Parts: sequence; C-alpha cells; structure tokens
Amino acid sequence: MNVLIYLVPLALALGITALFAFMWSLKSGQYEDSEGPAHRILSDEDVKK
Amino acid sequence: MSDLREAIDFSSFVRTAEAGRASMDLAIDGVDCAACMEDIEGSMRAVPGIVSARLNLTTHRLRLIWDGDKTNASDLVTALAKGGYRAYPFEQSRVEQEEARRTQWLLKCFGVAGFAAMNIMLLSVSVWSGNVTDMTPETRDFFHWLSALIALPAAAYAGQPFFRSALASMRAGKLNMDFPISLGILLALAMSVVETALHGAEAYFDSAIMLLLFLLTGRYLDQAMRKRTRAAAGNLAALKGEIAQRLGEDGALVAVPVSVLKEGDHILVRPGDRVPADGIVLSGTSEMDTSLVTGETMRARVGSGARVYAGSMNFDGALTVAVTAAGEGTMLDEVARLVEKAGEARSRYRRLADRAARVYAPVVHVTAAATLVVWLLMGAGFHHSIIVAISVLIITCPCALALAVPAVQVVAAGHLFRAGIYLNSADALERLAEIDTVVFDKTGTLTLPDPNVVNASDIAPDLLALATRLAQSSRHPLAHAVARLAPRALPFEGAEEVAGAGVRATVDGVDVRLGSAAFCAADAHAPSSADVSLIYLRYGARQAAIEIRQSLRADARATIALLRARGLDMRIFSGDRPEAVAPIAAQLDIDLAEGGMNPAQKIVAIEALRDQGRKVLMVGDGINDAPALAAAYASLSPITAADLAQAQADAVFLSDRLIPVAQALDITRQSRALMRQNLMLAVLYNAFAVPLAMAGYVTPLIAAAAMSGSSIIVTLNALRMRGVARPTQVERSVASPASLALAAGERRA
Repeated sequence: MNVLIYLVPLALALGITALFAFMWSLKSGQYEDSEGPAHRILSDEDVKK
Repeated sequence: MSDLREAIDFSSFVRTAEAGRASMDLAIDGVDCAACMEDIEGSMRAVPGIVSARLNLTTHRLRLIWDGDKTNASDLVTALAKGGYRAYPFEQSRVEQEEARRTQWLLKCFGVAGFAAMNIMLLSVSVWSGNVTDMTPETRDFFHWLSALIALPAAAYAGQPFFRSALASMRAGKLNMDFPISLGILLALAMSVVETALHGAEAYFDSAIMLLLFLLTGRYLDQAMRKRTRAAAGNLAALKGEIAQRLGEDGALVAVPVSVLKEGDHILVRPGDRVPADGIVLSGTSEMDTSLVTGETMRARVGSGARVYAGSMNFDGALTVAVTAAGEGTMLDEVARLVEKAGEARSRYRRLADRAARVYAPVVHVTAAATLVVWLLMGAGFHHSIIVAISVLIITCPCALALAVPAVQVVAAGHLFRAGIYLNSADALERLAEIDTVVFDKTGTLTLPDPNVVNASDIAPDLLALATRLAQSSRHPLAHAVARLAPRALPFEGAEEVAGAGVRATVDGVDVRLGSAAFCAADAHAPSSADVSLIYLRYGARQAAIEIRQSLRADARATIALLRARGLDMRIFSGDRPEAVAPIAAQLDIDLAEGGMNPAQKIVAIEALRDQGRKVLMVGDGINDAPALAAAYASLSPITAADLAQAQADAVFLSDRLIPVAQALDITRQSRALMRQNLMLAVLYNAFAVPLAMAGYVTPLIAAAAMSGSSIIVTLNALRMRGVARPTQVERSVASPASLALAAGERRA
C-alpha cells in the first residue's frame, strides 16, 4: 500500500490542475459565448491578412 | 432608417479608456447565421480606427473598441446599417449585470463541487470495495481523512448559494427549500467527521458533495436560462432605438437617445414620430393618436399647453415639447400610484417549491427525531441511534425535491423562449398555469398596434404598387401603413413630400400623388365604417381610395376560439369608446366587452372578478393597462407595449399574432403538471427510502445510489417535456426579423 504515498498526491494534483484550468477558462470569458467560437474556427479572416 | 443616417449623439453610451481608446456595446438585429458574424466583424474591421470588433453569437451583441480620434460612435452605427444590420448602443441594466455576476459565481461553485465530487468518489469507491475485501482499518481512516480534507473546504465554498439563502429565509421567518438542504449537508458532514475521528466504517462525505453538485447543476441551468431571456429582452429594448430631437440652447437640433433626456429639455416632435417623453406642448398644433396611452383610437387635436404622453403618435404637425416629470394630478401620476397599490397583492404569491418545503421540512425533522427516540427506547446505544437518525436526514435531503421544480422550469422557460415569449418574473410560470379567466385590452392587443390597409384587394394591383413605392417617401403614419404592404419596394427618385398634403412624383412623365382628397383631386370616398382613415392615390386619370384601420391580429379569431375550447372565460376591458369596442367583440364572439374604462375602473373590474374566486390573466399594452396588469393574477404584454405596461407584465411576447397567449398557457399548464408529477416522484422515493433509513439499513453506498437515482429520474421526467411541448401548432409564431422590426416601431422613410 506504500504506492499510495505517490498516487494520492498525484491524483489530487491532477484534480487541482483541472480545477485551476476551469477557473481560468471561466475568468477569461469562455462561457460568455457558447455558439460563436464553433464558427469562428472555420473563419480564415486572420489568414487572409 | 433615416433616423440612423442622421448624426446621433451617442456619447452617453461610449466608455473611454487610456490612450484615447473608446468602446461601446451594441445590440444587433438580424444576426441569424454564423456568416453574419464574419460579415459584421469584417465590415467593422475595414473601418479605419477600429481596434477590435467582436460579436457574441449567443447574446447578439457586438463590442467595439476604436481609436477615439479616427472615428466615432455615430459613424460606426451608420456603417452597420449600410451592411443591413440594425444596431443600437445599449447599456447593461443593473439587474443584468447582477445576473451575469451570479451566473459566474454559480459556475465557480459548480466547478469546485465537481472537482471535490470526483476525487471523493474515487476514494469512496475504494473504501466500499475495500470494506468487502481486505482493506485495513488504517487505510480506511486515511481515505476518510483525505475525503474530509477535500469535502470540508469544498462544501464551505460551493454550498454558499444554499447557506446564504437558508440564512436569509430563517431571518425572514419563512423557511424555504434551502433550509432542509443546508441542514442535511451540514449534518452529513459533521457526522462523517465524528465517525472518522472514532475510526468508524461509514462516512457520508460523498453523499453531501454529490448532493451539492446535483443542486448546483439545477441552479446554474435555471440562472443561465434567466440570463439568456434577460439579454434578449435587453436587446429588444435597446433596438427600439428611440431617438429624440433635442433643441439646444442655441436652437440647434441634436438627435439624442431618449434615455439621456432630462426634465426641462425642449424637444421637437416631427410628424410621424412617436412622442419620446412626457411633456407639455410649447408651440405647434397637431393631431395625436394616443391609442398606446389610453386605448382611444380616435385622434385628438393638441395645441400649446396640452399635455402629451410618451408613446403617442404625432400625425401631421411639428410640435415643440418641454419634457416634464409626472406631475401631481396627471394621468401618469395616477397610473403610477395605482400600479404600486395593485402590485402588493401579487407579491404575496408563494411558489410551489416553497409551499412544498413548508410541509416537507417539519415532517422530515420530526421523523428523524422520532427515529432517534425509538432506537433509544429499543435499547440501542446513543451513538448508533444518532447515526441512524442522521442517515434519515441525509436520505430525505431533498435532492429530488429541490430538482423537481427547477428542472421543469428550465425546460419550460426554454420552450417559451423559442415561442418568442420572455418571462419577466420567476414565479410567473406557476401563476400563468392557474388562469381561468382572460381579460383582453382591445387597442394594440387584440388589434395590431399600427393601422393597416384593409381594402388592398379592391384596388388595381398596378395602382397599389405605385402607392407602396410612393409611400416610401413619406413620414406620415398612414403612408407607413401603405408602405408596409411592400417593404422592399423602391422609392421613386425625386419624390417630394408636401407637408400636410401628401407625396408626389413623376413616373414616365405622368404625375402620381398620394395624400389627402384635395391634394389628389380625388372624388370623396364613403368609408366602410366610422373608424376608417382614408388616403387617396391619383395616377393620371385614374384614382383610388385606400382604407386604413386598426385591424385585428391575423389569428385573433382562431386564438380566441382555441382559448374558449380550453374552457377559459374571456372578456374585453377597453379604454376606447364603447361603439369602437362592440364590433371587435362581435367579430370575436366575446359577449362581455366593456369600453370607455379608465385605469381605476379596470382595476375595480379585475378585483371584482378576483373576489368571485377567479384567477385572471390580463393581456394589455397601453399605459392605461399598467395598473390592471399589476392587479391581475398574471399578465402578458405584446412587445409593442408601452414601457410602463411591459414592466408590470409577467411575460412579453414578440409576435404580431395573438397565438402566444394560448401557447403561454399551454406550456405553463404542461409544466405545472410535470412539476406536480416530479414532486410526487420525490415523495414516492421518500416513501421507499425513509423506512429503510429508519430501520438502519442505509449505508453510504445505498445513500449515494438512491440520491443520484432519484435526481436522475426527476430530471429525465422534466426533459420529457421537450418531446411533448409542441403545443399549439396553429401557426408558427416565432417573430421573423421583419415583423420584429415592425413590432419595434421602426420608422422607415
């Protein structure tokens, strides 16, 4: 069961990383518009320039 | 759209930032595909001085940032209009900002609860399987402590929406559903910590956190729906784009948004404009159509010293008006006072979920206490008795009950949204479902808000085509009615408007005129009824008389018949003259129609109906309807209604048809039936789970399975509505952009 000493902190660290990623995405406004980005990726407006 | 081509002073909407940057938010009409997004953003980026243009495809709002020296707000709005998109700057209302903040907060709580639930479940599943195999008690304790370490801070953070609401309800002395929820979560956590400290085998950290996660999902969905509705309503309000012509000190005329008008400002109201603010006429005379204010369809003459109200339509003369606040003794003051008094009754309504909570909480708490006492009497130890009692509390924690109502609400609000019906208040859904009597206002509610041509089929098609093209060049409201017959008709080059007479143009060398009988040298035409207005057309030797009248909404008869088939009692209370109300009532087969009612009389009549034990739905649009809208059990307004009326209505519908009234009732009735079903399911679940818990058979594994199972069943049952709620398939009533533009009172010239 000694393996738990590595595995438990590892699992928690992964979870916390995911939580921070979620908080970051929330703060950067990624949930403000749930429809636009799906179409934006198809636009090559930025390539034309 | 001439209004948009004039330079309008939008400075009140522009925010300035450092380095000369300015920014502005605009509501955009006509965004119906993804290509529009590229189109709009592309055309904006082409304007020199634009730093960034970003369209939100969910809310249909555009944020522009530009270099303050190179371009200005007015030019940008004009550039958008040239691309075919009606845009209008707007400011987020305080309510909307508050909702946006709350949505973010709920999402954060949801994230934290989700993180905690996943990690604790990982540990719990290990413990559950370890308990039936060879896990050492030390490892189990270690896992329990780890769970506590995650669960306690997570619950302290993610539980805030419930704890705060429960505290508030405690202080108000009216327990709501959040009280048993909070109590259940806190007790589950406290017992689990004690059990862990005593090296016990059972801890309920997973149940508590999962409960939070489920409930937060419901709350978030509910909030997101409300935010979306509010944003759409905000856009509509902004897109009305009301503009006033303000006279400066130096006599210069500046076009400004109505929201910046102050008391004492002098404004010019041109023919064909709606009066933008209440005031007193300083100079000029004109005919006024006050149907949006009083419901009266007969036009009245106003001159200097007369009071005019926002929303009245100015017909033929230019007026200079001094803006005033609602003074004492004016009609508006009277209406505001009546509204305030009438609204008190409705605020006493108690929501279904809260009523359930009132019964539920004491029953649950008494059951738990009884369990404790019985186990003690049966000689079990105090420790074991209290564990069983608390497990009763946990298993009854109203997971399903708290999801039963919101889950249905979200689905129903989504349906209403797609049908073009926007809810103003959260409990309207429940109140609308209980309606048994419907009271309609006539003008602008049963009839269309703007007058329409009624004899188009009697006129030669080529003459009618000429008339519609010519009408494009006039600002007169009657000409607008003609122009609406063919919105895409091109105006004639060189057409000129003769004030107070009509418009004329030369087509292939022949003089064409549209206007009064004298202007067109036409033979007087006998109107088919008293409320018809006439406009004449002269084309060389040929002539025609066009009849214009406020006509019924296209599906009014069908909708009334549909409502009657649903067993609803219907009446008309109108502010218009009785002789104008009678023919409409006859057409719709409504026997109980009264005309000539003032706002106070409407309230008295509605209260009389209420005293008979009826639940009245008021459908109205005028300022004179506002008190009645507030007094009725539930209320609806068309989007063209006066602002004051809209503010009192439970829901606003977009369509130029009447069918949304029937749709609103159908959807809310269905949703109420589902809510009840869901509450029954929740009770059934408890009837099954509580005896088990009282007998002491509920382990954390069973608690977790039972709670998620019941939540999922309730949610699935709510989603069933997506399949059934295609209620009134009479005609699709989702407003097209064109009818929306009409409804929003767009002025074309």
